[in-house]
Amino acid sequence: MSFFARFAQNRGALVGLIILLMIIAMAILAPLLFPESPWRMVQRPFLPPLSQEGFPLGTDTMGRNVAAGLMHGAWVSLLIGLVSTSVALLIGVPLGAIAGYYGGLIDDILMRFTEFFQTIPNFALAIVLVAIMQPSVTSIVLAIALVSWPPVARLVRAEFMSLRNREYVEAARLVGQTNTTIILRQILPNTLSPIIVLASLMVATAILLESSLSFLGLGDPNVMSWGYMIGAARTVIRQAWWLSFFPGVAILLTVLALNLVGEGLDDALNPKLSRER
Amino acid sequence: MLYARLIIMRLFKAVIVLFLIVILNFLLIQLAPGDPAAILAGEAGAADQEFLNQLRERFGLDQPMYVQLWRYVSGIAMLDFGYSYRLGVPVFDLIMARLPATLLLTGTAFLISLVLGIIAGSMAAARVKKPSGSIIMALALVFYATPLFWVALMSVLVFSVYLDWLPAYGFYTVGAGYTGFALILDVAKHLILPATTLALFFMAIYTRMTRTSMLDAAQQDYVKTARAKGLKPSIIQRRHVLRNALLPIITLAGLQAGQMVGGAILTETVFAWPGIGRLMFEALQQRDYNLLLGIFFFSAALVIVFNIITDLVYRLADPRIKGAS
Repeated sequence: MSFFARFAQNRGALVGLIILLMIIAMAILAPLLFPESPWRMVQRPFLPPLSQEGFPLGTDTMGRNVAAGLMHGAWVSLLIGLVSTSVALLIGVPLGAIAGYYGGLIDDILMRFTEFFQTIPNFALAIVLVAIMQPSVTSIVLAIALVSWPPVARLVRAEFMSLRNREYVEAARLVGQTNTTIILRQILPNTLSPIIVLASLMVATAILLESSLSFLGLGDPNVMSWGYMIGAARTVIRQAWWLSFFPGVAILLTVLALNLVGEGLDDALNPKLSRER
Repeated sequence: MLYARLIIMRLFKAVIVLFLIVILNFLLIQLAPGDPAAILAGEAGAADQEFLNQLRERFGLDQPMYVQLWRYVSGIAMLDFGYSYRLGVPVFDLIMARLPATLLLTGTAFLISLVLGIIAGSMAAARVKKPSGSIIMALALVFYATPLFWVALMSVLVFSVYLDWLPAYGFYTVGAGYTGFALILDVAKHLILPATTLALFFMAIYTRMTRTSMLDAAQQDYVKTARAKGLKPSIIQRRHVLRNALLPIITLAGLQAGQMVGGAILTETVFAWPGIGRLMFEALQQRDYNLLLGIFFFSAALVIVFNIITDLVYRLADPRIKGAS
């Protein structure tokens, strides 16, 4: 069975993929449909949804277009989710690979280090990091990456430990390949499927983290994000429910879609394991 | 005897982790914008140069880095976390005043999420191939994907604004002058919304964990024996599967519960719940770095304490596990 056929067997994953594609389309179309900055005040404030043409989701406390904010926010969420996950992979994969491949003392030290990062409450550390580095897309990406790499390191380590004594690795060693070549060319490609599955779930978590940070006022002040929109509308929830309702639905759908896609990838990439459940 | 040694070992490990966090905090203070003298002293930028120099001398900031680090670490060892610069009050006192509310909130949320999660998870495990089981898991996935702060806001909208059933803000009704049982009831009413919204996310995690754990336990030989004996499936589920799945669930749940402190920052912010999470939000808004780092240290300490308790409960409950590791 082809990869996509296996993926599509999981109906939830297909739904997730469709939602995800729609959100990606939102992000791409944002500058075309709403070329103006989503920060610009374009109408009178507190305009309810569907009350005026061009403002399907109404306006916020400052008279900014909620629909425009929602679409521009999609871009920021996806960007931060993807980049911070990539950075987390860049930290976690090498650490896990080295720990799992060499074992012994190096493994001990690296794993203690990983455990330390796992003990610290993720969200509190992310808050402190962003607050101290000052809120910006870069600091948010770094903070999210710094709190989310430990599971990657653990996964990659476990994979490397189970693969390092396989015959093909022994053969590579016998031929005289260096450790670096064996790690990168022989073992790493065989650990890719679980890493891909984990990464798709991490993008989801990263988007949740980013929205939580910007909800607390730690978003990049120059980019419109869903979390910021909800945070700014928090105090006017009684007067204007739509200001916090729609961005929240957007976050929920994105995170849900990524989780569904992750499960589908898991089914497609590890067919033997997932069929049992 | 064994437990005494175990506790000492765990405490020793905890001290090392806390020590590393203190060092991390120290490094973060160096990175924070502004003069560390001003931050440590609890003074805003208004202080003049001469005063800052005095402060530098008093706090040893004119000393080499390692001396500074030593002073900082030994200060925290004596519970001296410095001053909050906006409030002018020792950070330690501020945190202690807010800690009970957070413990009440996270403790309640933990119990709610654990009980409901185990019930939902075992229901889903008993209905593996049926639509009702899939619906439970789909709901769990939705709760897992919903931003905590948004659920909190939406529950305010529904239960306080539209239905007017429950209070939306605070810890108790200010000015009502309740005492005794009436006060407990009043606090409980205020607790319902924050605790349930915080619990939802963790309930989703525990539901998934319970289901997996129970499906694993159902593969065991003693379950096959019980089935072969002709026991009713419901009795097998309850007595043989759930009982054996429960311990690993509680252990994993305990490890996850540390993250509840993080979730509490969001729920407390929405509900104006006077705990350390709300204090962290206030510290953030004021850019009160010293207070922020103090709370960070305490939230990590809470996680460690929680992990040790879970570990001990697990070992006491399951005699098969001996002191090793």
